[in-house]
Amino acid sequence: MSLIIEGLSKKYTKGIQALKHISLTVPEGECVGIVGESGSGKSTLARILLGLESYKEGIITYNGKPIVPKNRTSLREYRKSVQMIFQDTTNTLNPKLPIWKSLLEPLDNYKEASPSFLEQGLTKMEKAEQLLEIVGLEKEMINRYPHELSGGQKQRVSIARAISLAPSLLVCDEPTASLDVTVQVQILQLLKELQKKTNMTILFISHDIRAVAYLCGRVIVLKNGVMVDEFRIGDIYHKERHPYTKALIQAASSE
Amino acid sequence: MVPVLMKDITFKLLRDPTMRTGIFLAVFLVGGTVLGGMLVPHDPFQINMNNRLQGASFEHWLGTDQLGRDVFSRIVYGAKLTIGLSIFAIMIAVIIGVPIGLFTGFIGGKIDAFLMRIVDGILSFPDFILAIAIAGMLGPNLTNVILAIVLVRWIVYARVVRGLVLAEKEKEYVLVSKVSFSSTFKTIRMHLLPQVIPDIIVMAAIDVGKVILLISAFSYIGIGAQPPIPEWGAMLNEGRTYFQVVPSLMIYPGLAIMLIVLCCNLLGDGLKNYFDIRKRRG
Repeated sequence: MSLIIEGLSKKYTKGIQALKHISLTVPEGECVGIVGESGSGKSTLARILLGLESYKEGIITYNGKPIVPKNRTSLREYRKSVQMIFQDTTNTLNPKLPIWKSLLEPLDNYKEASPSFLEQGLTKMEKAEQLLEIVGLEKEMINRYPHELSGGQKQRVSIARAISLAPSLLVCDEPTASLDVTVQVQILQLLKELQKKTNMTILFISHDIRAVAYLCGRVIVLKNGVMVDEFRIGDIYHKERHPYTKALIQAASSE
Repeated sequence: MVPVLMKDITFKLLRDPTMRTGIFLAVFLVGGTVLGGMLVPHDPFQINMNNRLQGASFEHWLGTDQLGRDVFSRIVYGAKLTIGLSIFAIMIAVIIGVPIGLFTGFIGGKIDAFLMRIVDGILSFPDFILAIAIAGMLGPNLTNVILAIVLVRWIVYARVVRGLVLAEKEKEYVLVSKVSFSSTFKTIRMHLLPQVIPDIIVMAAIDVGKVILLISAFSYIGIGAQPPIPEWGAMLNEGRTYFQVVPSLMIYPGLAIMLIVLCCNLLGDGLKNYFDIRKRRG
């Protein structure tokens, strides 16, 4: 039961090669970090995994089945088990909708879903309240609008929405990039707790190697769409690290 | 909750001087016509040749026309007709244009490209000329004028809505909606429609004024309302012959058109200011 990517390449119509021969395996329950600077292909990889981008070269399987199946029923099942958290906290929630409406959208589409961390027999609003409490927000917030929330609170809401279907794989595309340092730590702690509690697989994409080091056991380094390095977090200072990895570590420590 | 919200919206709307003037003018026009209609009820179609081309009096507030009909009653009747028809035409244009704009913008691809080329083709003609051509071909009556206006105006709504959707659909909450397996219809209804509604309301409010002008212009040149229907443009046309003797026959319908178009433009601008977050404080 794992995510396997073999020889994945992605070329945009304008001729930009976003990913080149990416191969990696993410076992169930593991948290894998993907680091790289802007334009290294991290977000493209995330979008491909969610089926938001197409790809022509390579094979991606999740739990033995090819991802993003054409068949609508299988796609529905796939989307239930794979969710995503986005980078931009300002646009992650619809500004015209109260929090509870955004929060309950996935559960509304999967009425049969009954995540183990939610009590049985709850009404819609009670589910929304409980989800907010799981991510450390007050349940009274459900009727608020996004502009009444801070960046960190919005990101917590989007995490609550992403885990509401109890996905087995959570793709996080720079979820802490637009937040203050203290809030970044809180969000990372929350993700770590949730991962421990639910044993979901996390693919954590970031340009910040420190955030990845905090959360993930294994790190993959991307540069210009190519996987240049892969290591366990304990080997981060090993002398055999790729020069680009060393540069990323140096940049992070000099901040 | 709802009364508080209504109070809040009314307060914010009335704070804007443009909106205030527009509302004042609308209340004045509606109040004047309702009150006038109650005080001096005349049949706008009743011909009285003994009483033709009379000046303003207590009985006939704005005098009588060349056939002795009460001008005030005709203007009031014309108001209901012209405003009603233009609102109806805009509504139909919105009902056709907005869903097309929403779906083509969101789905994209070949359908979008095909529809937008049609839109470009139609937009390359000036809408007034195109509407004249359509109304001219179908025959001179109000129904055909409305049809011509709808055919010309739905395109504008489709195009504007499509543009708004193109900007909005790349935002992350729309992507999240896709990732959560919401249907296309649900994503559009839940996320995209609420984003375009304010712009549509503003556009429609300003458009009502434009369409009133169009209907009047068509009636004036003889391809819209036909006598004896008291449409304002048709009244202008009928009064033309008597302009040197009784200029008020043209002045009053002209003034009515001017005031109602001004009112629509003020209300439209006021709504635009209301929905414009940059101008909204607090």
